[in-house]
Amino acid sequence: MKFSFASVLSNALGGNAAWPAQWRSPEPKASYDAVIVGAGGHGLATAYYMAKERGLTNVAVIEKGWLGGGNTGRNTTIIRSNYLWEESEAIYEHAMGLWQELSTELNYNVMYSARGVMMLAHDRHDVETFKRHVHANRLAGIDNEWISAGEAKAFCPPLDVSPTLRFPVVGAALQRCGGVARHDAVAWGYARAASAMGVDIVQNCAVTGIRRDPSGAVAGVETSKGFIGAKKVGVVAAGHTSTVMAMAGVRMPLESYPLQALVSEPVKPFMPCVVMSNKIHAYMSQSDKGELVIGAGTDAYTSYSQRGALHISEHTLEAICELFPAVRRLRMLRNWGGIVDVTPDRSPIIGRTPVAGLFVNCGWGTGGFKATPGSGHVFAHTLATGEPHPIAAPFSLDRFRTGRLIDEAAAAAVAH
Amino acid sequence: MLLIRCPYCDMARPELEFRYGGQAHVARPADPATLDDAAWGEFLYVRSNPRGVAAERWRHAAGCGRFFNCLRDTVSDRILATYPAGAPAPDPAAPASGSGR
Repeated sequence: MKFSFASVLSNALGGNAAWPAQWRSPEPKASYDAVIVGAGGHGLATAYYMAKERGLTNVAVIEKGWLGGGNTGRNTTIIRSNYLWEESEAIYEHAMGLWQELSTELNYNVMYSARGVMMLAHDRHDVETFKRHVHANRLAGIDNEWISAGEAKAFCPPLDVSPTLRFPVVGAALQRCGGVARHDAVAWGYARAASAMGVDIVQNCAVTGIRRDPSGAVAGVETSKGFIGAKKVGVVAAGHTSTVMAMAGVRMPLESYPLQALVSEPVKPFMPCVVMSNKIHAYMSQSDKGELVIGAGTDAYTSYSQRGALHISEHTLEAICELFPAVRRLRMLRNWGGIVDVTPDRSPIIGRTPVAGLFVNCGWGTGGFKATPGSGHVFAHTLATGEPHPIAAPFSLDRFRTGRLIDEAAAAAVAH
Repeated sequence: MLLIRCPYCDMARPELEFRYGGQAHVARPADPATLDDAAWGEFLYVRSNPRGVAAERWRHAAGCGRFFNCLRDTVSDRILATYPAGAPAPDPAAPASGSGR
């Protein structure tokens, strides 16, 4: 059903008892034209754009756990596109464009809020690096500007810019169109829209193997609900990509690390934007519920534990308390970890693999949420045509053979 | 935080004393010039990244300063063994020689 003022009003009058399930939960068919492994934001967006723009609705999205329960529901919801290299600028700006109308397109409020992302500079090296980013972005037509410490204070009043700090704020790069969105709603919105067009979303269905025909091409996936045939399989499994790809005998240039985030107890509106600091490793924004959403770092070592060490989050909280003295007595409500798949050049891998019919979209590392619409859009093209989308072409797996890496230090915004 | 037994110091020490060194037993090719791009890319970038027992390098940076290797379960983060660099990886099923978790 379509969400509208009338539908919300009539359901409110009816005690909200008549809302239907937002997507179907079918048993998998024996075969599909394409199977997507992983029902996170990127996988669901891929299915949505395959159905909407390519007319491919005989598609299944297979999910081991529950929809959006991985990194889609674990990130800090930050959206920005101020990357350094042209290849990255193209794909993140592509996503930025899609974010603008996403709620309208999906008829689902993803709560995209362009409240501005401010990246703090603390020393001369930061200043030079960020100014380089600002100039590169402006040449590419991407919103990004350099502001002084005073302007940063005016933009985010609780920020401490006093020169007596151990790492004083000396300026900042500000992307005003950056901001946040409701991460769960992004997964739910794409799932609902894809399901309505005929895409089957199969949760609680683990992929246990990738079957190949005598020629070596993909024939389908073995799952905990039986074999599902498909000539095309797209793996969008984030931190578990290495594990899934190993089922087809493909080794990946990936390492999986736990990345942590925390939220505080909810407080009244406190900070109007997103603030990030690479130098002292802290970033924070405030959710619409009033919780301060804080991102910590990755552990030093690879792990699939979906936890993270306490000293990692302590380190971030020390930095937050220095930048925002007003939060020092706030209590933390929750912290959690997600498993992120990190590439050697911190840029994603989108495209073909050495196995015919097997495609992969991974390596988004510590910053994949912002790219969700763009990632799904270009990967849908790749899955539908078998050829990489022009924006995705530089992000091939083959670049680790040719050496044409996209060394994106800005990928994390904070050093992980 | 991990508690890691350095095989040289023979002491279990907190993770903060150590630096992680990535996958262990990745041997540099004897003659890189003879490798094709695919093989060289494999050596530089491709990693096992196992969900389960991983062999990895650590350096006791704030202790003896030496590299050693470690077997760790990447799901539980439990350390199964630590052993000197250059030694073959022990059998993960064998009794642990490096305590801690």
